[in-house]
Amino acid sequence: MASNTDILNALAKIVEEVTGVDSAEVTTEKSFTDDLDIDSLSMVEITVAVEDRFEAKIPDDRVAELTTVGDIVSYIANHR
Amino acid sequence: MVTGYGAVTPLGHSVDETWTAMLAGRSGIDTVDAIDVTDLGVRIGGQVRGFTPSRYMPPMVSRRADPYAQYALAAALEACEHAGLVVDDRLAPRVAVIIGSGYGPVGSIYRAANTLRDKGPRAISPFTQVTTAMDSAAGEISMRLGTQGPSRAQSTACASGADAVGAGMRMISNGEADIVLAGGADACVTAVDLAGSGNARALSKRNDDPTAACRPFDVHRDGFVMSEGAAVMVLEAAEVADRRGATALAELTGYGASSDAHHWTAPHPEGRGACLAVEAALRDAGITGADVDYINAHGTGTLLNDAIETAVLHKVLGDRVTRIPVSSTKSMTGHMIGAAGAVELVASIQVLRTGDVPPTINCDEPIDPDINFVPHRTQHHERIRIALSNSFGFGGHNAALVVRAV
Repeated sequence: MASNTDILNALAKIVEEVTGVDSAEVTTEKSFTDDLDIDSLSMVEITVAVEDRFEAKIPDDRVAELTTVGDIVSYIANHR
Repeated sequence: MVTGYGAVTPLGHSVDETWTAMLAGRSGIDTVDAIDVTDLGVRIGGQVRGFTPSRYMPPMVSRRADPYAQYALAAALEACEHAGLVVDDRLAPRVAVIIGSGYGPVGSIYRAANTLRDKGPRAISPFTQVTTAMDSAAGEISMRLGTQGPSRAQSTACASGADAVGAGMRMISNGEADIVLAGGADACVTAVDLAGSGNARALSKRNDDPTAACRPFDVHRDGFVMSEGAAVMVLEAAEVADRRGATALAELTGYGASSDAHHWTAPHPEGRGACLAVEAALRDAGITGADVDYINAHGTGTLLNDAIETAVLHKVLGDRVTRIPVSSTKSMTGHMIGAAGAVELVASIQVLRTGDVPPTINCDEPIDPDINFVPHRTQHHERIRIALSNSFGFGGHNAALVVRAV
């Protein structure tokens, strides 16, 4: 079972791969749009990559609520 | 006026590198190694080697942009720097972008189809609609530079680059824009394109001797060589260039285009469409064939093109064609499809500026001994004032451009 730190590290790597944002910038309190300047199309790519990586499904109607890095980490931790 | 240009070709990642290689008579053609060519009948091409997207764009852009759009963006940035053009808020609404491409982001289209087959629809990136679109090069350039005039694609196969420049020239003359970034780009050294054009028997099969494969106007030519690249130039109205204090490199004075209405891959046997395009370009420039000092020929190295283009030049220019240099820089770059016309116009302008005429390499036994095809080595000619650049494409698309020294 992956710890929250493992999830965060993997998510940070995905964000860096998709957007070029340095993975060190990807910390739990950051908002994807406001702090990391990631657009909606890139968020779709990140979500799909996260789902594949953790074999979890984030329903479309929940995606909009997961605005910070920490939100996605907790969702994955609780739903896999 | 042309006030700046940039290029990415198999000969280099800038106009300077490309031009230096042309004058040295160096071939950019080699065995293709960026893709698996084991099963292909044609395994040679002109690849852009060592291109580093991060030098020109952030990872977000290089991830979504097909190589054809990356080359175009790199060439556009070089052109703007060359022209000293900074698109500020005042200029932006009057600056347009037109990028020609024969095949567009083909590699990305094939990849998306494979992803759909192998991983299903969920794996298709939402950027796919951007990445696989013909207008993506123009869109990336517009977004990067902040240009707010029209931005669009122009697709007429191998004539795309020349037609884009011609369309840009018209946008300025009819007042639609003050400045146009115009050019062409293609990245079609792919297995599908090598197989398709190979099966159409249009490509050279000289797999064992890549640098000798493209031999325009030589008796032993056996087809063109698929290649990739981009060139973009800054076109602007003379008074706009003056106001900006920009240096004009040449004046674009004539553009003509036509269609063969004959066959998808073979040119019309009498060069009907090619004649129409060249004549229209000369008329548009207010000159006759007798005024032309240099021709950068379409010169692909196919049996048909070179024979018919030679006949067309005799017909339209008369005796004049036997007294001026006529060269095909495709002998070195290969055929960059939609980029070809734009790169070759840049080469034509370099000829006007320097008097140095790049050679037609591999032209060992010229098909027409009366024409100076500038075989093997660069020639220096005095008083080259007017150059003609031809581009003829699959589908019978023909375009010709005339530039004049300033």
